[in-house]
Amino acid sequence: MTKNPSQPAITATGLRKSFGDKVVLDGIDLNVAEGTIFSLLGPNGAGKTTVVRILSTLIRPDAGEVRVAGHDLTREPNDVRAAIGVTGQFSAVDNLLTGEENLIMMADLHHLDKRAGRRRASELLDQFDLVDAGSKYVATYSGGMRRRLDLAMGLVASPRIIFLDEPTTGLDPRSRHTMWQIIRELVASGVTVFLTTQYLEEADELADRIAVLDQGRIVGEGTADELKRRVSGGHIRLQFTDVRGLESAANTLGEVSRDDDALTLQVPSDGSVRSLKALLDRLDDESIEVEELSVHTPDLDDVFFALTGHPSEHEKEPTQ
Amino acid sequence: MSVRTYALSDSATMLRRQLRRIARYPSMTVLLVGMPIIFLLLFVYVFGGTLGAGLGEMSGGRAEYVNYVTPGIILITIASTAQGTAISVAMDMTEGIVARFRTMPIARVSVLTGHVVGSLIQTILSMAVVTGVALLVGFRPTAGPIEWLGVLGLLALTTFAIIWLSVALGMVTKTVEAASNLPMPLVLLPFLSSGFVPTESMPTGLRWFAEYQPFTPIIETLRGLLMGSPIGDDAIISIAWCVGIALVGYLWARKLYSRDPA
Repeated sequence: MTKNPSQPAITATGLRKSFGDKVVLDGIDLNVAEGTIFSLLGPNGAGKTTVVRILSTLIRPDAGEVRVAGHDLTREPNDVRAAIGVTGQFSAVDNLLTGEENLIMMADLHHLDKRAGRRRASELLDQFDLVDAGSKYVATYSGGMRRRLDLAMGLVASPRIIFLDEPTTGLDPRSRHTMWQIIRELVASGVTVFLTTQYLEEADELADRIAVLDQGRIVGEGTADELKRRVSGGHIRLQFTDVRGLESAANTLGEVSRDDDALTLQVPSDGSVRSLKALLDRLDDESIEVEELSVHTPDLDDVFFALTGHPSEHEKEPTQ
Repeated sequence: MSVRTYALSDSATMLRRQLRRIARYPSMTVLLVGMPIIFLLLFVYVFGGTLGAGLGEMSGGRAEYVNYVTPGIILITIASTAQGTAISVAMDMTEGIVARFRTMPIARVSVLTGHVVGSLIQTILSMAVVTGVALLVGFRPTAGPIEWLGVLGLLALTTFAIIWLSVALGMVTKTVEAASNLPMPLVLLPFLSSGFVPTESMPTGLRWFAEYQPFTPIIETLRGLLMGSPIGDDAIISIAWCVGIALVGYLWARKLYSRDPA
């Protein structure tokens, strides 16, 4: 499996889906390069899960052309299925079986021979830190263990494309970082990852490209940096030791927002070295002492707000 | 396509899964076998003396009634486990694991055949237990080996038909609770047949229903095989009913399964 960014792993054009008279996906185009992490970012109810359910052949789209791993989604669903692994938002594991039995069942369904199936199961238990839990019933697993087993089950047949639907929702920070590490390792081995998330930080951390989904439409797409460049909101933060320094700096710089309690100033800036140097020169000319300086580029939160017109953490009626 | 050739091995995998699940949830099986046994004891020891005297044959009383009622009790065993099948299918459909199966290149029907064959094995074992208890309380069949084979064959066929129907019932319902209620009429039907009292003793409307519903010819055939009473064309009618119900259940279940999940 070589990394070949020119060949798309997933393409979709004009993808539409309605449930009853509720339009969930309103014409979506996607292009995911092979060997990359693509993140679909959006709030609850934006339609992320519906996209994954369609791309993974679980439900049929109303309209649109989709190719996954070079196969047409509606005409060759079984070829698509043979190339993908899916980890859903709700654990797709059998609670009445042990972790190992779950993995061996997957190996059997992929028609690995008995010995190869057992070997693959124990490899995955090892890789996902589930060796001790392997012989216990899944019903006794913690959330993080369950999610790891879920992911491992999708990997039994070494798929080329993996769908991860909100893989870290509901996990504690430590389990989340473990999951991120696992995802990075997967991509390093040449796998394409299609990830949905409602966490801006997660998309920023992992994704090569991000598409922002809001109310069934893609409202922005690009790398995290490209998206950030599309919004204003970058600034330089200056910290002073006393009010005198703060006063004179505020007088010198003019257009700033000041916080007298924290003794800080926020100076609008595009974050470039040139503008930073200009700022420092002006402070130097006036011999103003600055205790601390930090550069803030806009984060995805700003991006999200700019693209959708509403903040990311609003409460919406969740779709399942 | 390769998927077709794997239908058998995928079904075997699903059957293994199902048998493990049945083994790890034994209280369900105990409940399902318990009901027909309670009915058996109730009908033999509480009603048996009077009902037996009313059969109008030899003066057997209770002893005679055990022989009369056992085929009906065995059919209740089938109806009772069918209820278990509907519940377990409904539970399965709400779980993520079936969604995963749908995104895998496996024979689609194998998820259902796993349930059917698993329940078939569960029911046959349950019927063996129930028959064992019947023998303990005085059931004295006159059947020889050939007749027993016939009994086994007919019971397996009946179970197969009822289970396919309850797989469909388990999927057509939206909740597990509804799935546990829907097959309820199946448990009641043996009572409205010749299973507990001869149909001649019923009022006209009910007698008409009892004589034409599927359980009566099945019970009459079983009775003939076990006790040597005349069978006539009941055997053919039974087989026709079973094949019909199995076909309807299978096609319905397959159609429901190939719908997009909610």
